[in-house]
Formats: sequence, C-alpha cells, structure tokens
Amino acid sequence: MSGHATQGDHDATNAYRSLADSISHDDPGWAFGTGVEDVQAEITSPVPDGVDPAELAEYCLMLGDDALICSQRLAEWVSNAPELEEEVALANIALDLLGQARVLLARAGHVEGAGRDEDALAYLRPEPGFRNVALAELPDGLDFGRAIARLLVFSAWRLALLNRLLDSRDPVVAAVAAKGVKELAYHRDYAARWTLRLGDGTAESHRRVQAALDAVWPHVGELFRTSDVERALVEAGVAVDPAELRGEVDEVLDEVLARATLTRPTAPPAGTIGGRGGREGLHTEHLGHVLAELQSLARQHPGATW
Amino acid sequence: MVTGVTGPVGGALAAREVVATVVDPEMPMLTLDDLGVVRSVDVEGGAVTVTITPTYSGCPAIEAMRDDIRARLSEAGYPRVEVRTVLSPAWSTDWISATGLRKLAEHGIAPPDRVGPRPTGPVPLTLTAPSTVVRCPRCGSPATEELSRFGPTACTALRRCTACREPFEHVKGI
Repeated sequence: MSGHATQGDHDATNAYRSLADSISHDDPGWAFGTGVEDVQAEITSPVPDGVDPAELAEYCLMLGDDALICSQRLAEWVSNAPELEEEVALANIALDLLGQARVLLARAGHVEGAGRDEDALAYLRPEPGFRNVALAELPDGLDFGRAIARLLVFSAWRLALLNRLLDSRDPVVAAVAAKGVKELAYHRDYAARWTLRLGDGTAESHRRVQAALDAVWPHVGELFRTSDVERALVEAGVAVDPAELRGEVDEVLDEVLARATLTRPTAPPAGTIGGRGGREGLHTEHLGHVLAELQSLARQHPGATW
Repeated sequence: MVTGVTGPVGGALAAREVVATVVDPEMPMLTLDDLGVVRSVDVEGGAVTVTITPTYSGCPAIEAMRDDIRARLSEAGYPRVEVRTVLSPAWSTDWISATGLRKLAEHGIAPPDRVGPRPTGPVPLTLTAPSTVVRCPRCGSPATEELSRFGPTACTALRRCTACREPFEHVKGI
C-alpha cells in the first residue's frame, strides 16, 4: 500500500520498515514469492540418462501439486481450528508439505527449461496446468472431521508413495522422498490418532467423521490410477506405479478404521472424463477456488517487491 | 557436524569458525554447528560457499540462517558468500552434537532420543503415544505427557510435566 510506504519513510518505528532493514538484502524479494534467492544445490542436477525431461517435469508437478494444494487447504485452518494445539499442528503439517512442494516445483521448472521458477509455477499457472489429485483440492468446509479424514487418506497414501521413491533415479525426487518420509510419518500418526478419538468418541463425533470418510472416499480410487507419464517413468526407474501402493495403504486404513469403530465406505470411485482426471489437468470445480485464494494477490500485483 | 572443509587451509578454517558461531534463529542456544546443519564451508579465491541442510522441508528458519551466515561472514571480511542448501542425506536429530543436546536441556528443552538408521520397508503406524520416557527438563521427573506432537517450531513437540506442572518443548526425533 502506497500510504504505508510513504509513512514508513518518515517513521523509524514502523514495524514493516524495520523488518525490511533487518534482513537487508542486496536484491528485494518478490512480495508474494519466497523473497530470497534460493540456491538449492540439487535442483540443477542433470536429468538421469534415458529419462524424458518433459515427463520428469510433469511428474515433479504431480508430486509437487499434491503437496501444494493440500498445504493450502490445511492452511485454511489457521485461525479456525477448534484448539490452538490443533491449529499449530495443521499449520506445521501444511508447512512440511509446502516445503516439499517448493523443491518439486523448482525441479519441474528447471527440468522444463522454459524459465519458470517455483513461484511462477505456483502463482501464475492456470488451473488446467495443475496435476494434483482431486483429494488434495476438496474443501473441508472447516469441518474438523473432514480435515482429519482427508489427511488420514492423503498422508497414508503419500507416505507409502514417498517410501518407494527413496531409490528414484531422479536425485531431487529421491531427496524429497527421504525427508518427506520422516515428515509424513508424523502427519499420518496425527491423523490416525484423531480418527481414533473422533470415531471412538461420542455418537456425534463418530457420526461426523464417518460422514467425512464417506465424502472423501469417492476420490480414493484416483490415488491408485496410473497415468501415462507415471507408467513411462516407472520404466525409467524414476516413478512408482501408484497401483502397487493399494495393498499397503488399505492395510493401514483398515487398521485405523477398525480401531476407530468406523466403517470402510463402499462408495464407488468418482469417474474420469474420457479416462482423464487430476493427473491430466482435469479438476473438480473446487481447484479454481483454491487457486483464486492462492494466486489472486500475486496476479493483482505482478512482480511486486518489498 | 562439518563433513568437508576444502580450499586454502587457513581461509577455509577461519571462515568455518565464523559459520560455527552463527546461532539457530528458533533455538538460539544452539549454534548451527550444534544443530548439525552445516555440511561444508569452501573458500576459493576469496569467495565462500557454505552448504547447509534444512531440518524440515518447510523450515522457515533456513532463510534466516542464510542471511545470518552471509552477514557474519561479511563482517569477518568475506564479502562474496554463497549459501547453498542440500536435502540429501536428510537431516536427522542424531546429528545434534553432544554439546547441543546438553545446551537444549539446560535451556528447558528436552533433547531428542537417538533415532538410529531407519529400517527398510513400510513405516509402522503408531496409534498411541510412544511410551519412551521424556524427562522434564526443569524438575527431572519422568512423569511427563505429550500435549501435541507439533509444537511452536517444526522440530519440537509440546509436553507437560505432571510432577511440576510445567509445559515444555521436546525436540522430536527424526
């Protein structure tokens, strides 16, 4: 805001001014981006032999967008959670996922070679360019049961996925997986314990978390559907075939649901459109709302610095 | 834990000593060295390259660390500084030095247990809080309980001592 800036020039006590002074960069940061020059040593690693750069970029977007969009949904709980501890927990989980997303998007941009950095990919990409699964973008309407049900499924699936990506031939995917496994283990435990408390709690908490599971369940099938890009990269030793994760994830979910006295929903999976879904850039109407909030400031003030 | 120091011995060691004094912005009782996030300090022709690793993927402190390293090296006469971050191998709380563990306890933060190498295969689910004893850093009582696994910083959980009733932070093992 120009008014603030003018006042700040004359007011040594202006908090924003002193903040800017204290970090005194040679180069001002983009107001809506990460704000600092970030030299990530691994991101510039060469594309492994025999791997198609366009496919690798696409795969990094898939893994990165799942994390980015889920992180944005979790961040909606900041100032809205039922207790401060849960707000801090959800924000912490969102931050871990955002960190994973930043590296993966930066890798996607580098491999793509079209001059887009992590910020351009996050803030300026149109909706059909996103490659996340629908589960990440679903609204939870600030219903804590919905947040927990989605996080349980998402973290159980992503943990199984990253755990098998530890040996990916892409060094960035492997490095994100190695850090992510440790983080996701905490996320999954958090969601699982809350599922137990809610499912095996009062009649009302049981009813609501069961309804939440029923609501997210149609989007579970997509998590295990193999896209063409993934299929090609499995061959190349970069990706994991998500279909292979099903048994492991089901085992975890069944154990949690049984302990929580909840019923595994039987709803059929939401369909695809001509075989295409989130991995091909076809999204539910909810992603547009997520992106409107995520991108609006950056789009209204292109290139703004502070 | 610095794993590699290269370049002219005097310059690199001097620069390394400067980096070693930079403190963690969120747990300022620890230096970056105590925390085990400094991978290497290289000096070549007056330019310093410092390689650090984040504790958690989204750790917001990494940017403050980078600024502080630049500022301290600049004060010490190294104007050309590049701070690089590497993710692999992933940081572990096992890399916190013995001095670091002691300083945490002295400042009322329960240090992490040793994690050791991670077993291969699926990650086991833990549906109840692990029964490992975390002693209260204030009164030493083993009777403490976990309030939340996610505390005020990415690396800490929040606990409470049932003997002295004080809440405290615990650096959770990863």
